[in-house]
Amino acid sequence: MAIELKDVEHLLGLARIAVSDSEKELLRHDLEEILAYVSQVKDVTAELFVPTAGELRNVMREDENPHESGIFTEDILKQAPARDGNRISVKKIL
Amino acid sequence: MDIKNLTIKKAHELLVNKKMSVLELANEVTKMAKESSDLNAYLELFSDVRAQAEVAQKMIDEGTATLMTGIPLAMKDNILIKGKIASASSKMLENYVATYDAGVTKKLREAGAIFIGRTNMDEFAMGGSTENSAFGVTKNPHDKTRVPGGSSGGSAAALSSGAALGALGTDTGGSIRQPASFCGVVGLKPTYGMVSRSGLISMASSLDQAGPFAKTVEDAEIIFDCIKGHDPMDSTSYPDDFPRKNFNKPRVIGVPTEFVHAKGVDARVLKNFEESLEQMKKAGYEVREISLPSLAHGLSVYYILMPAEVSSNLARMDGVRYGYHRDGANLLEDYMRSRGEGFGREVRRRILLGTYVLSSGYYDAYYGRACAVREMLKKDFEKAFEDVDIIATPTTPTPAFKIGEKSSDPLQMYLADIFTVPVNIAGVPAISVPSGFVSEGDAKLPLGIQFIAPHFGEDALFAAGKDFEKVRGNATI
Repeated sequence: MAIELKDVEHLLGLARIAVSDSEKELLRHDLEEILAYVSQVKDVTAELFVPTAGELRNVMREDENPHESGIFTEDILKQAPARDGNRISVKKIL
Repeated sequence: MDIKNLTIKKAHELLVNKKMSVLELANEVTKMAKESSDLNAYLELFSDVRAQAEVAQKMIDEGTATLMTGIPLAMKDNILIKGKIASASSKMLENYVATYDAGVTKKLREAGAIFIGRTNMDEFAMGGSTENSAFGVTKNPHDKTRVPGGSSGGSAAALSSGAALGALGTDTGGSIRQPASFCGVVGLKPTYGMVSRSGLISMASSLDQAGPFAKTVEDAEIIFDCIKGHDPMDSTSYPDDFPRKNFNKPRVIGVPTEFVHAKGVDARVLKNFEESLEQMKKAGYEVREISLPSLAHGLSVYYILMPAEVSSNLARMDGVRYGYHRDGANLLEDYMRSRGEGFGREVRRRILLGTYVLSSGYYDAYYGRACAVREMLKKDFEKAFEDVDIIATPTTPTPAFKIGEKSSDPLQMYLADIFTVPVNIAGVPAISVPSGFVSEGDAKLPLGIQFIAPHFGEDALFAAGKDFEKVRGNATI
């Protein structure tokens, strides 16, 4: 499985991670090596493979009994890098 | 007092018989932690130990003490304790203060346990050596030029050096059992869903499980009994009335011989393993060879599923709501720079790998097939457990390696998890128990044996582990 530098750049964009150019080449090399190793799952399942999501299923609960409003607000907002009153502030998107 | 060899069981007796106060015990342990600070096992020793000790002492004086009351514990840095920093050894969360208690923290707190401090780990629990910590490597107490294992290396090293009576870690692919083996202590990965994951900093949610480090199997059982059970805050934790099989005392040990003799397994590890099995035979166990062909694919499955889950779980670290923030020209650049600088190299690598295996066009070839092999592996385990009560392997293919030895080759580092990873994939419980030593220069490096049981089979592990403790020699190879 050949991984090219532009693949790495595409993935970095999807994952929202900025790295130096020298690390891109390292990542390309590592990814290629690791993917070559894990590709054995394709050989094992070549015959019996039917696409499946596995047997694990999410378990949901009813959205009920909310806690009293505001009791965690201050603790949580204190962790935000930038806030504006009771809001977390971010840069304008548009 | 010989604090290094003091067990939870013995400390409990000393405390309830008033031979020692909770504060005296906590101070002794803290003193050990300070004396061994060159190990870099603790990231922080908590300043409220005295206040915690007072609460525990009151429980003892009033006769409401449990086995865990007043017991000084080390907590891995990815387990939330309200009001304390939980950084997961990452620059990303260096100053993150937990806003609530983890499920396990709550249970230990109610039982009166004392949190001495938080311990070093591989960043976001990704690694097998603690070399990936943003705050420096932890050293192995048995040989300071070697790693303590990981990712819960700080917890294992703290316990092994006498700087705690027990410790909590998390195990996604071996992160409790492997460092336990490297540091010569007991480590338990419980059945997936037996212990709450609420308040653990998530790595790979279908594999993560918290569990104890202890000096003896009995101590591990004491901690496990305290932290296990249903938690409404974790939808994957089993309800307490979930129907489960009762286990008799185990009698037959299965050994996947072909798998155990895989390439790269140290001959001394195999010799120690064979000797351990001989001792178990003397203790009345039957040892039977079994075939588990899919075990060999465990690592491949793991290095697809785990990074896939990592890439989604760590998407929440965006430099906006909490954690490291680096300003850019616009919001996108804020994300890119905050995540690029906040995450360390191994974390970046795994996020990228996960993004790849989940991306359009590759999903079926990697993630889909890994899920299929996961089901094969689970069924193979189920089938094996029709004939044997527990399965034994060495915990690790080698004793503790040198600091720096594998840090530049991720694939070599991953291979150190070969015996522990299949257990997480199948969701079954496993324990690592010290099994002897290997001589390397002046140092004696610990080895461990791993016992694996079917789902909910922790009792079988404790029974076999205790029997093994009685018969194991103290031989050095």
